[in-house]
Amino acid sequence: MSEAAVLRIESLWAGYEPGLSIVRGASLEVGGREILAILGPNGAGKSTLVKAVAGLVPVSSGRVLLAGREITREPAHAMASLGLGFVPQTDNVFTNLSVSENLELAAALQRVKRSRLDHLYAQFPDLARQRSLLAGRLSGGQRQMLAIARALINLPQVLMLDEPSAGLSPRLVAEVFRVLRDIAAQGIAIVLVEQNVKAALAIADRAAVLVEGCEKVVAPAAELAGDARIAELYLGRHVEAQP
Amino acid sequence: MMLQVLADGLVVGSIVSLGAIGLTLTFSILRFSNFGHGEMLAWGAYLALSALGWFQTLVGGGPFGALSFGWPLLLGLGVAIIGTVGLALLVDALLFQRLRAQGAITLVIASFGAALALRNLLFFIYGGIPMYYSEALQMAVAILPRSFYGGLRITPDQMFVLGLTLVTVMAVHLFLQRSTLGRAMRATSLNPQLVRVCGVDPERVLRATWVLGGVLAAVAGVLAGLTVQLRPTLGQDLLLPLFAAAILGGIGSVWGAVIGGLIVGLAESAAVMWIGAEYRAAASFAVLIVILLVRPTGLFPEKT
Repeated sequence: MSEAAVLRIESLWAGYEPGLSIVRGASLEVGGREILAILGPNGAGKSTLVKAVAGLVPVSSGRVLLAGREITREPAHAMASLGLGFVPQTDNVFTNLSVSENLELAAALQRVKRSRLDHLYAQFPDLARQRSLLAGRLSGGQRQMLAIARALINLPQVLMLDEPSAGLSPRLVAEVFRVLRDIAAQGIAIVLVEQNVKAALAIADRAAVLVEGCEKVVAPAAELAGDARIAELYLGRHVEAQP
Repeated sequence: MMLQVLADGLVVGSIVSLGAIGLTLTFSILRFSNFGHGEMLAWGAYLALSALGWFQTLVGGGPFGALSFGWPLLLGLGVAIIGTVGLALLVDALLFQRLRAQGAITLVIASFGAALALRNLLFFIYGGIPMYYSEALQMAVAILPRSFYGGLRITPDQMFVLGLTLVTVMAVHLFLQRSTLGRAMRATSLNPQLVRVCGVDPERVLRATWVLGGVLAAVAGVLAGLTVQLRPTLGQDLLLPLFAAAILGGIGSVWGAVIGGLIVGLAESAAVMWIGAEYRAAASFAVLIVILLVRPTGLFPEKT
C-alpha cells in the first residue's frame, strides 16, 4: 500500500439476520489514491461487506475506521457527511428525476455549494450534455456515471462501488473504469466490488478474494492477474489465507 | 344545474383533495395505507371547535364581511393544526413506530385500530350530537343567473374553502419542490435506500410526513366543518372518498391526489343532484371500482 490506510476494516462480522453472519471476520484496508478490488464467487459476501461498511447491513462485531475515526455503527445517512461515498449495484439513481435534478438533490441533501456541480459536470461532460434527460432514460453506462457523480458530490475520502460493471458492455466497462482511475488519481480511495475479475484486476492496485465472508487472498492486482489461486477460489477449493 | 353541480363538486373535492394529499404522502413515504387518516381530519375539525369557544371569549369580534366566521375560527385553525400534528406524531410514537419492522400489513391493521380508538374518543369527549362552527344561516351569492346553464350560487364560506385549498396546495407544492426537506420526502418515496446513502435521516423524513399530513388533515377538517355539520363519524365518512381520490390520482402523486379529489367531489355532487343524497358515498365507491378496473395505477402514477 502506497499511503496510510484511509479505510480500515477489522475482523468484521455482519449479516441481515441476527446470528446469521454473511461477512465472517473480514479484515481489509485501503489507502488514498488506491483502488482495492474485492473479488470472490457468488455468495461470498462481497456486496454485504460494502453494505455493512456503508451502514446498510447490521454489524455484529468488528470495527470500521475511516481516517482513524471509528464509524462501525454510524447510520447509513451519516456516512456521506463522514466522507464515505457509496454506489449501490441497483437502483442507484432517481430514475424519475432528470440528471441535473439527481445531482442537485444530492447537493441539497449534503448542503454542497452549486459550484461543486460545475466541477462534476466538467468531470463528467456526458452528464452535462444530458442534464435535462430523465435518469431513467440514460444508457447503463451513463446511469453508472451519474451514480458515481452523485456519490462524489461532497468529495468523499473513500468511494465504494458495488459491481459498477454489471450489465454493461465491455466498452462501457472500460469507460467506467477509466473514470474510476481518474477519481483515484485525485486522492480518493476506491473499494470496488466486482464479478468482472479481469477488468477489475486491470485497474486495481490491490485485490482481495473473499470466500465465505472472509478474505482468503490479498495481493497486488498485477500479481493476482495470472495467479492460479483465483480460479481455485472461484471453483470453491480451499486455499490457505495469505499472511 | 350543470354549473351548480360543478361548483358544489369543487367545494367537496377541495376538502377531499387536501385529505388525499396527506394519505398519498403517508402511503408513498411510510409505505402503508393509513386507515386512521380520516380521523385526523375529524380531530382537526373538533379541535378547532373547542378552540373556537375559547377564542370567542378571549378575542371576540364578529365575522369577516359576508363570511360566517372571524378571527376566533382562524386562531382555532392554528390550534387545530398544532393539535392534529401532535396527535399524528403521538400515534406514530405509541403505535406505528413500534410496529414498523413488522411490515405494511401489520401497520394497516394497526391503523384500523387507531381509527376506532380516535373516533370513539371523539364520541366520548364531544358526544354524538351534530355541532356547527356557526349557527348563523349564510345566504348563497348568485354568481351566474338561472338562465345560464341553470345558474350558479355559492356561499362566501364555500369561496373561502376553494381559496384556502388553492393556497394550501400551492404551498405544499412549493415545499415539496423547493425545500431540502421536501425534496428529501419526494426522494424517499422514490428510493428509500438511495436517500439514506445520500445522507438523509429516514426518521426525520417520517416525522416530516406526519407533520405535513397532520397540517393538511387539520385544514381539511376545519374546511369540512365549515361546509357540513360536525359529527364524530366525519373521518369515517370521508375515508372512502380520500382513498378513492388518492388511488384515482395515482398513489404517491400530490397533483394526482388533488385532481382525484376534485373528480370524486364532482362525482358525489352529481350523485346528490341526479340520483339522490343517499347515494353520495356510492359515488366514491363507483369511482374507486372503475379506476381499479380500468387503470389500477391511477391517472398520474408518477410519484410526488
